[in-house]
Amino acid sequence: MKNGFKSLPSYLGFIQILLILMVPVEVLGADGEYSLVIQEHRFQPEELKIPAGKKVKLIIENRDATPEEFESHALNREKVIPGKSSASIFIGPLKPGRYPFVGEFNEKTAKGVISVE
Amino acid sequence: MFGTAVIVFREVLEAAVLIGIVAAATRSIPGRNRWLAAGLLAGLSGAGLVAAFADGIGSLASGIGQELFNALVLGIAVLMLAWHNIWMASHGAELAAGARAVGSAIRAGKRECSVLLVVVGLAVLREGSETVLFVYGIAASEASGASSMLTGGLGGLILGVAVGYAIYAGLLRVPMRWFFTATGVLVLLLAAGMASQAARFLIQADLLPSLASPLWDTSTALPEDSIPGMLLRSLIGYDARPAGMQMIFYLTVLVVIAFGMKLASRSVAAIRPEP
Repeated sequence: MKNGFKSLPSYLGFIQILLILMVPVEVLGADGEYSLVIQEHRFQPEELKIPAGKKVKLIIENRDATPEEFESHALNREKVIPGKSSASIFIGPLKPGRYPFVGEFNEKTAKGVISVE
Repeated sequence: MFGTAVIVFREVLEAAVLIGIVAAATRSIPGRNRWLAAGLLAGLSGAGLVAAFADGIGSLASGIGQELFNALVLGIAVLMLAWHNIWMASHGAELAAGARAVGSAIRAGKRECSVLLVVVGLAVLREGSETVLFVYGIAASEASGASSMLTGGLGGLILGVAVGYAIYAGLLRVPMRWFFTATGVLVLLLAAGMASQAARFLIQADLLPSLASPLWDTSTALPEDSIPGMLLRSLIGYDARPAGMQMIFYLTVLVVIAFGMKLASRSVAAIRPEP
């Protein structure tokens, strides 16, 4: 990889600067926090209402002893939550609608929907 | 039992497709089977470790440890695949022609093999850790259907491996003329798909903005949990509802690696003029 790569770092640098300029300043931080609880391989509540157009922090508490994987194709999110622990994920901003999610390790019982209004 | 088969199949498929493509792409490198096997074993033991320490990893970096870990593992894999493709662009032709010059070719082959080991190991580690956690959950629970679920899991594993092997065997049938182009394109798309996944994890951890989410919604036309959807996801990183930022990562990696491959092949041609 001796010759020709001198131009590549400068290309990358250019793309990076472009990206940084495009990104709105407020990247970090959510507009609200909501909780979900996993108990007996079920989500509580099974329907969670959140406002449209806002980035939201979802805190998921797994009260079961075994791990669960929060997964939602609609929200494009997946995270493993070990037993007896909590984890958080950021979702949104979302358009109004219903976004189903499941606990992938116990799909038969662990399911719910995020209702965005 | 069917449910667990599907879950395990999904995880295994991702790794199996990657291994199938990488195994085909490195067919001309001597000794690569040993390195493949080593990568597999390393990945499996790593998966066990990651599963065991899932708690600790998850709580790193104030709760986004898992996303950072996943993004890091994917990022390293992207770099390794990029290296492979760029290296192949300059050396692939010699190896294909059977040139077995002592010294530099063998050394380069060894380096390529260690890259191969890392890529395979990381893929197995990523998908394997989720599978281990899932299976552990089943085994730990006192559910009466545990043994049938484990059987289902085994079935999913075998099926996933079979698909990976089918891809490998299918690629080997491609005529030599197109073989390196085919595997090069597949590796390129693999890397781009992984970059898109890494972006998704970073968005989930609020380290990156999503920028237009979703960019498109093809979930009714081609759902991600359909068979073709799963295959496309493993092969080209198909996402039914990608965020805009994922697309940026995908395209950037695609362009950068393709650019690197072009440069590498051009520099070789300059040094070694056609007879």
